[in-house]
Amino acid sequence: MSIIENHKTNGAAFCENPKLKARDVGVFYGEKQAIFDVSLDIGANEVIALIGPSGCGKSTFLRCLNRMNDTIDICRISGEILLDGENIYDPKVDVVPLRARVGMVFQKPNPFPKSIYDNIAYGPRIHGLAHSRVDLDEIVEKSLQRAGLWNEVKDRLHSPGTGLSGGQQQRLCIARTIAVDPEVILMDEPCSALDPIATAKIEELIDELRENYTIAIVTHSMQQAARVSQRTAYFHLGQLIEVNPTDQVFTTPQHTLTEAYITGRFG
Amino acid sequence: MTNTSLSTREKVEKSMVRRRAAEKRFRTYGMASVLFGLLCLVGLFGDIINKGASAFRQTVIQTEILIDADFLGINKKADDQEIRNADFEGLIKQHFKAMVQPQGRGERRQLYSMISAGAAWQLQEAVIADPSLLGKKLSVNLIADDDVDQWFKHDRGTELHNNRMSETQVKWLEQWIDQDMLKTQFNTLFFVNGDSREPELAGIRGAITGTFLTLLVTFLLSFPIGVAAAIYLEEFAPRNKITEFVEININNLAAVPSITFGLLGLAIFINIFGVARSTPLVGGLVLTLMTLPTIIISGRAAIKAVPPSIREAAFGLGASKMQVVFHHVLPLALPGMLTGTIIGMAQALGETAPLLMIGMVAFVVDVPGFINDPSTVLPVQIFLWSDSPERAFMERTSGAIMVLLGFLVTMNTAAVMLRRRLERRW
Repeated sequence: MSIIENHKTNGAAFCENPKLKARDVGVFYGEKQAIFDVSLDIGANEVIALIGPSGCGKSTFLRCLNRMNDTIDICRISGEILLDGENIYDPKVDVVPLRARVGMVFQKPNPFPKSIYDNIAYGPRIHGLAHSRVDLDEIVEKSLQRAGLWNEVKDRLHSPGTGLSGGQQQRLCIARTIAVDPEVILMDEPCSALDPIATAKIEELIDELRENYTIAIVTHSMQQAARVSQRTAYFHLGQLIEVNPTDQVFTTPQHTLTEAYITGRFG
Repeated sequence: MTNTSLSTREKVEKSMVRRRAAEKRFRTYGMASVLFGLLCLVGLFGDIINKGASAFRQTVIQTEILIDADFLGINKKADDQEIRNADFEGLIKQHFKAMVQPQGRGERRQLYSMISAGAAWQLQEAVIADPSLLGKKLSVNLIADDDVDQWFKHDRGTELHNNRMSETQVKWLEQWIDQDMLKTQFNTLFFVNGDSREPELAGIRGAITGTFLTLLVTFLLSFPIGVAAAIYLEEFAPRNKITEFVEININNLAAVPSITFGLLGLAIFINIFGVARSTPLVGGLVLTLMTLPTIIISGRAAIKAVPPSIREAAFGLGASKMQVVFHHVLPLALPGMLTGTIIGMAQALGETAPLLMIGMVAFVVDVPGFINDPSTVLPVQIFLWSDSPERAFMERTSGAIMVLLGFLVTMNTAAVMLRRRLERRW
């Protein structure tokens, strides 16, 4: 399988009400190009699933959306990504407020080695979102409730977050992200380290969160993509092959590569 | 299958014998190494304690002495200065002369040499503290001279003593022992006095104070500088030729022989900047140079050990670089940094060579009051005493080593405890 020359993305990469617009995004690690001219809209209040075989660049693309790739010295990005029409790679844009607007949940649950309360309160504290202790308590409670974790942890808010189970830790990380009240949540294989029951809970949660947030999720599980997302984008060797409504991708894929992947011929 | 008659299973069984033997052999080597190390340690400590324990006891002569106001030429209204000028030494000489009645000048000199010069000072201090003692009989434990001390503690009844103690002296000493006058007591002077030419009066307080002040200067300079350098190099510095050069040279510095730092300190701090020589300040500066690489290297290792997922989590929430470093990386790295620092400080505590170069090897009697007073430090004091011919100094050398080791063990224990305490928070 080699890179397809002059490839054009199949399907509907653009949508009517975009929250994020990526245009001709290319990513380079030193000399090596990891992503080629990806153009994709992420609609407001939709869940978009990014799928594809390992090393296809879906995580790299996701990390471009809140400039997490900035932390890698040799990483360079071309093209533009617009959040509400504003290019986030504009030199005038500060990444700190950007990341407050575009939050991220990682593959492995990574709670801070602090109490559950402090984990949630950290974001609001550094951004000055709470004016008093009461405010902060309220944010913490609300975030934990939205993440479906409140009833499980309300009696031990001050015990360490690292003492929770894997699934609880991941929901804690989601609650932590919500606490900053972002507009977009990026999820990088959030369930890959979890058991099926914890995964089901997170998937349920993603469905609820869609009401208020725009969500982009990278996943290796096609069932998961089918369950939680409205649109699915298939990446292959750094190129965006096909974007279509999820049910269409899984029933009648347009591109042969997409079909090969979802029928399990490689990946 | 190959052309042997053995099945795979039999081959594995056969090789197992060899593998098990190899494992057993390796374990034996390991245990032997540990045992050897332990034996060396026990031998070292045993020898030091064996030689040095007696340094903590001092021989005294218990006697009842009349504080003769007429002989001293002072009365009860005398001020401290007059008391200090009075001839207590003569009083003691007269007292012992009357007691043992030496024949001729030679014997008198032998007698007087058995009592320490510190005895007169003992009486003097007692009278200054309580002038009403004048004219009364006072029961005191007068410090014996170091030769008497050594004879009483080690040589009595053996043949060794003959060169230092004459037969007459031994006769007197045996008399005193019969009268229950000669005994040993805890050697307080060893801890409250500074250095002295008289072994029985020499103590380590000056060296301990000097060590404490020197290490204080070292810590106050090297910890903040080392931690700041480690954080900058690890978190903020761009990766380029210059930082690579700096990195290599920090590692080189850690391997530089310590005496070189002494020469550098002499050339720069003393000759160019004019810092007073032989002081804890310049000692601390030199030891800072020596400790810095250790702190920076261990600090960077501690920062590197912080899992990247924590950084990502904080960045993902919109924390700035500073916030990520100070809220998350530093608290997690601090236990490791502190351990490195305490190890560096323990190294500095035992360092002798560079301090010789900057004059801390001087004979300093006074206990230093501040970082700009001339002073010495424990290891240099040990070095100085080990060079002295008197046998009593040999004993004190081992005694001082025991104190130094005590400090080291205390510091390392503190490091471990501090580390546990900090780690439990996370």
